[in-house]
Amino acid sequence: MSAFQVNQHGYYGQFGGAFIPEMLYPNVEELRERYLDIISEPSFQAEFWQLLRDYVGRPTPLYFAKRLSEQYGTKVYLKREDLCHTGAHKVNNTLGQILLAKRLGKQKIIAETGAGQHGVATATVCALMGMECIVYMGSVDIERQQPNVQRMRMLGAEVRPATSGSQTLKDATNEAMRHWINHPEDTHYIIGSVVGPHPYPDMVGRFQSVISQEIKSQLMEKEGRELPDAVLACVGGGSNAMGAFYHFLDHPEVKLMAAEAAGLGVNSGKSAATTALGKPGILHGSRTILMQTPDGQVVEPHSISAGLDYPGIGPVHAHLFDSGRATFFYVTDDEAMEAGFMVSKVEGIIPAIETAHAFSILDKVKFGPEEIVVINLSGRGDKDLNTYMKYQQEHGVI
Amino acid sequence: MSSRLQTLFEQKKEKILSMFFTSGYPKLEDTRPILSALAASGVDLVEIGMPFSDPIADGDTIQMSSQQALDNGITLDKIFAQLEGVREEMDIPLILMGYLNPVMQYGIERFVTKAASLGIDGVILPDLPMYEYQMFYKDLFDKHGLANIFLITPQTSEQRIREIDALSTGFIYMVSSASTTGKVGDVSSVQEAYFERIKAMGLRSPLLIGFGIHDHASFTRACEHAQGAIIGSALIKALSQGQPVEEAVRGFVGAIHHPL
Ligand SMILES: Cc1ncc(COP(=O)(O)O)c(C=O)c1O
Repeated sequence: MSAFQVNQHGYYGQFGGAFIPEMLYPNVEELRERYLDIISEPSFQAEFWQLLRDYVGRPTPLYFAKRLSEQYGTKVYLKREDLCHTGAHKVNNTLGQILLAKRLGKQKIIAETGAGQHGVATATVCALMGMECIVYMGSVDIERQQPNVQRMRMLGAEVRPATSGSQTLKDATNEAMRHWINHPEDTHYIIGSVVGPHPYPDMVGRFQSVISQEIKSQLMEKEGRELPDAVLACVGGGSNAMGAFYHFLDHPEVKLMAAEAAGLGVNSGKSAATTALGKPGILHGSRTILMQTPDGQVVEPHSISAGLDYPGIGPVHAHLFDSGRATFFYVTDDEAMEAGFMVSKVEGIIPAIETAHAFSILDKVKFGPEEIVVINLSGRGDKDLNTYMKYQQEHGVI
Repeated sequence: MSSRLQTLFEQKKEKILSMFFTSGYPKLEDTRPILSALAASGVDLVEIGMPFSDPIADGDTIQMSSQQALDNGITLDKIFAQLEGVREEMDIPLILMGYLNPVMQYGIERFVTKAASLGIDGVILPDLPMYEYQMFYKDLFDKHGLANIFLITPQTSEQRIREIDALSTGFIYMVSSASTTGKVGDVSSVQEAYFERIKAMGLRSPLLIGFGIHDHASFTRACEHAQGAIIGSALIKALSQGQPVEEAVRGFVGAIHHPL
């Protein structure tokens, strides 16, 4: 049994569990009892893999980024999750979960979203399966991710603004959980990251693990070896990072590097650098590392990227941090924007601002010329054009 | 069970009126005056809300009062300071209700010790799982004579209700329908069937019905199926109208007891 997989009680080390009110218990318990059996059914597997291939467009390329490699004096590969249908890794999970929801007999789907990528990915699979879809999104995020709001609506989903708190991802998650409490019978909640009560972190991690599974075989083809030297990913809740790390967790020779959003700076009071600023605590059903006051009130995070603007991280990442298995980096808004503009010009790929945080690790760590560094390019940046352009106007051409 | 809870449930077999309010709301220093007014109005049991920034089981009203209380500067330390000497003033059972994270940060052992020393009788932490409670905290609660009160809902399985009943040391909080707090509607026949199903189980723990109980009629209906009922959001709404809190409490509780 791997030290980094969930144990029978739903824990990763001291993190995880299912800290939920009784109102959510029957639904979460049903999931916990059935998810592994359902996922391993041949008919589930067949449908999931067929759709990943024909609908999502998997496998996504593992692309040798020649110019970036030259620039940084190392071998950089990009795992092109931005080329997934809907433009980010999120759809790997929503597809898995909707197939599961169907087999649980659910008719309606709810989701939370930050950047809107998970909302779009959920609205998409709901359209595909003919299921009703409600997406909760913080009012602030509705403003800064307008294109995705329009896409969700066009796909037939209802977008409901979350108006409490910082009006971002945390509050959207609160609202989605309240909705689920009020509609326990016919609704499945598709959580968008490796967060929430057990079994969500494990379930979402499994659906995203296709990313590292493909990296292994693609590297074998291109480099004659399965294991890279380092895997880099951004962490909001941590689903793309978990997917990219998954099959390397038990290979300590593979360095796992996670980029968190430092906002205006780790100590600026406007940050989302959870592992730097947080302490163990409970939010959204799991014990994890959480940004909070000494009194245990959750602190409002800040990041320029809606998808990383969250005061916690998935419990598995809290464990990877705590155990030292993964190294965490803190990337400011400015550093991420600079990386986003740089990658666009050097590789002709406009990354999501979330993803841009991962690229910034290249400026913080020196890799050797023969080292193989895989960056999980979790999403494309079309949704962020407004933010990129506004930033450019305010800061001059980068 | 704490002797105060025991006495209440032994002496009063019906129409137990329990009230929930948010500490530190509407003003930081209103906790104690509201509590005193509730006791003086003849309320049988009070649940004192410990605000949390992210109350996922609560509807708009308690979200609002919690946020206002936090903005007012309420903390667990302040709540405990406000409750200092409360047992010299009143004898009704007092329960602290809130979410787990602030309690964890305070330190569960420290919290239980402090609460018990002030004469608190029980705790409701809806997001503390039964498994965790049993494994890590039950002995601590028992040692200090503090009851841990569990919730059940219409979806809770019979087997789980039996487990909860066996583990309960105060009463069982019967959530009236699948909902967050503060949803009002008349008590429906579906709900009544659920209340009767639970009543017929012959549990050892007393049952109080909560969520959505808001006036004399709904309180009376609920009391037909359990030993009493809990009112929260409706009281908080009454406290939000800008009246002096003592008056608001007196008026509200009076109308539950004796409708106009
Ligand atoms: C492109 C992209 N990357 C990363 C994230 C962050 O989520 P996670 O940490 O779960 O991968 C998001 C979230 O919206 C996203 O859209």
